[in-house]
Amino acid sequence: MVTLGDYLIVSGMLFAIGFAGVMLRRNLIIILMSLELMLNAANLSLVAFSRFRVQPTGLPDYNVQVFVFFIITVAAAEVAVGLAILVALFRARQTTDVKDISSLKF
Amino acid sequence: MSPFLFWFFASMMLVFGIAVVVNRNPVASALSLVVSFLGLAALFVSLDAYFIGIIQVLVYAGAVMVLFLFIIMLLGLRAEARRQINWLASAGATAVALALALQIFYVVGHLKSAGQPFPPLARSTTDDVRNIGALLFSNYNLPFQIIGVLVLVATIGVVLLSRREPR
Repeated sequence: MVTLGDYLIVSGMLFAIGFAGVMLRRNLIIILMSLELMLNAANLSLVAFSRFRVQPTGLPDYNVQVFVFFIITVAAAEVAVGLAILVALFRARQTTDVKDISSLKF
Repeated sequence: MSPFLFWFFASMMLVFGIAVVVNRNPVASALSLVVSFLGLAALFVSLDAYFIGIIQVLVYAGAVMVLFLFIIMLLGLRAEARRQINWLASAGATAVALALALQIFYVVGHLKSAGQPFPPLARSTTDDVRNIGALLFSNYNLPFQIIGVLVLVATIGVVLLSRREPR
């Protein structure tokens, strides 16, 4: 029997993988992909809670799924803007490595 | 959903998620991300969230992935040159991520409802597009319009950012 805890643990592991990716990798594209992994881990736990909180009508809690819909929209917009910034950066500096972009570093 | 299918798709999602992080070649990372998101969409469907599962495939495996691959190939990124790996920093980052995962295990282990199975549904939710759409245009109408403005701003911002500066 698959329980709510199983979904939450899987979602937590996916979040930890994305978190490790953001901290370990130095390539901006991989960092953006890891951000997507973290956003989707949050979505998975939200949908699991939505299925767990069955309403008196006998249907899942659709308020949560509307929230997930908003998260997916914002994530898509974020990827578009992030990749546009990356292209502008690559044009100026010919690199996508965060180690090479340290002008503002104290 | 049977436990076998759940663990199959969950492990597929996690293994390819790790592949995204450890691959040196950005194209291989992007393709691993597609497979990971397909596993995630299967998990959404297993939770009776058909609409969310379908837009997951359409938006991520479709649009976002094409964008990533397009940018990788436009910039001509190749596998990263083998740099000197800072072992101390890598070990620290892995330790922080592991500590986060252990914390989540601990919290979930102490959650009272975590061990309970999902309550049964009254009927099939194959018409959940209608329910989500009705909520979106009634209770959540204002956030929906704000999201519309956000997408418009993002579109204009991307056009401005990627325009070449006139000299």
